[in-house]
Amino acid sequence: MSLGAHYTPYHPKWYRRRVSVWWWLQTWSYTRFVLRELTSVFVALFAVVLLWHIWALELGPEAYARLLVRLGTPLFVVLHGVAFVFVLFHSITWFNLAPKAMVVRLRGKRMPDWVVVGSNYAAWLVLSLAVAVILLRR
Amino acid sequence: MPATVALAVARYRPEEEPAPTLQTYEVPFREDWVVLDALNYIKDRLDGSLSFRWSCRMGVCGSCGMKVNGTPVLTCAAFLSEHLPGPIRVEPLDYFPVVRDLVVDLSDFMRKLKKVKPWILREEEKPLAEGEYRQTPDQLDAYKQFSMCINCMLCYSACPIYGLEPSFIGPAAIALAQRYNMDSRDQGARERLEILSGYDGIWQCTFVGECTKVCPKNVDPAGAIQQYKLTSAVHWLKTLLPWGAR
Ligand code: SF4
Ligand code: FES
Repeated sequence: MSLGAHYTPYHPKWYRRRVSVWWWLQTWSYTRFVLRELTSVFVALFAVVLLWHIWALELGPEAYARLLVRLGTPLFVVLHGVAFVFVLFHSITWFNLAPKAMVVRLRGKRMPDWVVVGSNYAAWLVLSLAVAVILLRR
Repeated sequence: MPATVALAVARYRPEEEPAPTLQTYEVPFREDWVVLDALNYIKDRLDGSLSFRWSCRMGVCGSCGMKVNGTPVLTCAAFLSEHLPGPIRVEPLDYFPVVRDLVVDLSDFMRKLKKVKPWILREEEKPLAEGEYRQTPDQLDAYKQFSMCINCMLCYSACPIYGLEPSFIGPAAIALAQRYNMDSRDQGARERLEILSGYDGIWQCTFVGECTKVCPKNVDPAGAIQQYKLTSAVHWLKTLLPWGAR
């Protein structure tokens, strides 16, 4: 789309192209970026479900049982499946971007990217294991 | 290998047409030719009216940036053989106003670059007699990467944010501000903070990351911006503390 050419003091006529609203479909990397931004919706969804759990717990055992039944319906199972994929995408893409934002220097030397990425994944693993141990104990 | 290859080149003749059009030229294919060689062949043999910028032919001057098959590249480093089969689409860089054919106007960047004060700022200059400001190799290493920028504007052309929000200071200008912020001889970080952390600064960036991908000099402007976000956030947190910096 064009605004057309127009005159300015020092140039005969400029041509300016306007950005299409579909710019994010132009290349896969733009689309991937928009998808990554979109994942935040699902991260928020997970948070809301968590709050819902706490709320139901406070209302008592029957309310909690009702919540569990509702979460077992196909709609919620599918929703969780989709949300899980997006949240994974979110975590992995952000972990891989971490070394760009954080330059870690040890004795003046910049740590290689894989060290920064690796420690993120390691922390993820350790925390996940800790949560698993807490939940599965008994 | 083909004997010739077609180039679809964007033409814009402001006196004659309201918007750019593509014109196709058939040029000899040679293994050692880059897109710039093909453009020069067109200009010398086929159509002297084609306008484009170049100078060094060796990835140093930064003036030959164009979009080749949709990707911003230095045309002196883009081999024809990497873009076979034709037609190879050659267009001016995105988001800058086109003056003519493949020539864009870069004044917007020049204005922004000046705003971030890309030079060494000192609170007080040392007297000349005391000699030069010395640096260790590690101190040099802290900013060297950002100093490699050749102002080729490929990163702006790859940045959809710059396209959508033209007042955004943009990747190279921020990377060059960081080049001085990280320099042990410089004391101007506070002076640059306002513009870098302001409305048109780093927070416009949503980390698409394409600027870093297209940069021919490994400047990593996306990295510079994200690192500065961290600096800026820490600075803001400090201002919240009662004894913190104001
Ligand atoms: S940061 Fe890289 S892509 Fe951007 S102007 Fe500098 S050299 Fe070119
Ligand atoms: S002509 Fe100088 S960088 Fe390509």
